[in-house]
Amino acid sequence: MQGNEAVAEGAIAAGARFFAGYPITPSTEIAETLSRRLPEVGGSFLQMEDEIASIAAVCGASLAGLKALTATSGPGFSLMQEMIGFAEMAQIPCVIVDVMRGGPSTGLPTEPSQGDVMQARWGTHGEHSVIALVPSSVQECYTLTVAAFNLAEQYRTPVIVLSDALIGHMREAVTLPEPGSLRIAERGVPDCEPDEYDTVMSDLDNILPRPPLGSPFRVHVTGLVYNRRSGAPETGDPEVAGDLGRYLREKIYHHRDAIARVEEYEMEDAEVAIFAYGSVARSAKAAVKWARAQGAPVGLVRPITLWPFPTLAVDRMAEQVRTVIVPEMNIKQMSWEVQAAVAGRAKVVDFGRVDGKLITPPQIEELVKSEFYYHDWEKP
Amino acid sequence: MSALVDEQLLESPPDGDPKLPRIEPHKTSEIVPWLRTPKTIWCPGCSNGTITRALIDAILGLGLDAEKVVVVAGIGCSGRIAQYLEYSTVHSAHGRALAVATGVKVADPSLHVIVAMGDGDCSAIGGNHFIHAARRNIDLTAVIFNNSIYGMTGGQMSPTTHTGDKSTTSTRGNVEAAFDLSELAHAAGATYVARGTAWGYRQLASLIAGGIAHKGFSAVEAMAACPVYYGRFNLTADPAGFLKGQKEHAVPASTFEEGESRLRDRYPVGLLHHSERAEFTASLARVREQAQEAHLG
Repeated sequence: MQGNEAVAEGAIAAGARFFAGYPITPSTEIAETLSRRLPEVGGSFLQMEDEIASIAAVCGASLAGLKALTATSGPGFSLMQEMIGFAEMAQIPCVIVDVMRGGPSTGLPTEPSQGDVMQARWGTHGEHSVIALVPSSVQECYTLTVAAFNLAEQYRTPVIVLSDALIGHMREAVTLPEPGSLRIAERGVPDCEPDEYDTVMSDLDNILPRPPLGSPFRVHVTGLVYNRRSGAPETGDPEVAGDLGRYLREKIYHHRDAIARVEEYEMEDAEVAIFAYGSVARSAKAAVKWARAQGAPVGLVRPITLWPFPTLAVDRMAEQVRTVIVPEMNIKQMSWEVQAAVAGRAKVVDFGRVDGKLITPPQIEELVKSEFYYHDWEKP
Repeated sequence: MSALVDEQLLESPPDGDPKLPRIEPHKTSEIVPWLRTPKTIWCPGCSNGTITRALIDAILGLGLDAEKVVVVAGIGCSGRIAQYLEYSTVHSAHGRALAVATGVKVADPSLHVIVAMGDGDCSAIGGNHFIHAARRNIDLTAVIFNNSIYGMTGGQMSPTTHTGDKSTTSTRGNVEAAFDLSELAHAAGATYVARGTAWGYRQLASLIAGGIAHKGFSAVEAMAACPVYYGRFNLTADPAGFLKGQKEHAVPASTFEEGESRLRDRYPVGLLHHSERAEFTASLARVREQAQEAHLG
């Protein structure tokens, strides 16, 4: 199965019954697959006039009660930022799959990149928080799409899946879970009468579901600053605005240790760690195996959740190793974040590639070698 | 309000097929329960309140289940309608109301989805969504509050500001041509196109009701008085004078010459275009049925 197809199947398994999108390389197979598959399971596929309309329709479908997603790549992801902000503000669960390609602008349409990791975090304006997951295999394209829907429902927020041209187009064997074995978060209905709805309020540990449009609750959904209790817009009261702004951020940050998932590989006694995500983590793992085969204590820290940033795992790593190598298909976007979190406890070495080519294991091996100058490496 | 109802338009309901629902204005006490607040941000003399009331009258007159009514609005003066109405409402983003509404309607075709937009909202920033919603013939009712100017931001020219009109961004007179929103909707494939005025209240309520009852994309252009910005710069800053101007400018569609172009001071009102064509969500449902039959064998 191809990575993009795995995203589509994962979405269906997670209960998604609505997709709206616009064709764009290298994400198009997600739309093509869902155009065939969604009607078979009673869902709807829409090809919209652009990416702005796509994410807008996804917001509308989610508000009407369906689990919904869109898929795109760099230029389309840029266009979606406006309505991602609306989904953040109005707390609309939905999933956005960004199959990253080289940029900016039209850039390198068919080549992989990791250039959107900061756009995923800060792309829309204003204070907000976001969840972004990074698959590094076709299997994870499936499982993380399911996880993205669960997180979206649990935290009532847009969740971004950051795939890339390499993972999206790669074919690998995938083990599909037995039907019924997946944990699927369903959208609930508030446990109160419609006329009490304006008096119940979510808190950080109890995020209440919103009833669908067209129900006795007659909800109002707005992109304006609103009172968290009544849901009514209220732009003249700094206390109300501050309360909402902090809540929208803390809703995710308060739970970041529960949300953040990391794979640690050969880290028990590692003196040097490679911090790598997505397709680059595959090369990084190969480099770790190569180093271990030669007796060098090197490990891999692979964030599966890029946002919220996995602070706990990075803390552990910073306390343990002397050097962190951060290879990524952009220039320093995550290495700055790692450097800030490591806060001087270890050396951070960045390595960026923006030519549309994957960072290879030998390139990472060279970086490892220079951190073990005393080591007796095999001659190539 | 009754003093402003145009008796002439009232007595000659727009001709054509189908028969439009006759909407008898409801008492204020019947209208008020459908408003969340008695206060609005709209300027004195603004037509938005009149159009909002016509919309409620249309919903009541059709006897719709209020729980099934969803109003999706854009951003601007008209967008505020979402927070005032006591239905399920979405105050979406500037220009995006139709795209959000498309998702709502496809997700739950049993809903009556009404989309409120301003002229700039609908035809400038949202122009692409407007023509494509019309092309799809999705069963939405777009009510376009056309005041020929951007009011919320203080009176800048919009795509419906006429050539020569003054605004804060066309102080020497607008050099651009105006869109005829109704003809734009028709050309893009809308199957129900109507224009009314705030002056012709009962006709407007009937036209909105006809749009809601119609299965397919309905565009109802509601000509709105904006005495504070558009009027002050162009026609008149007097609210009553502005509405009287509408009475003079609005010509029944049946007497408007074929091919005659719409002008600032002369435009057709009534049901302008009506046809039947496959509706989008119904077509999607057919695709779903076929796919499920084949899939389940």
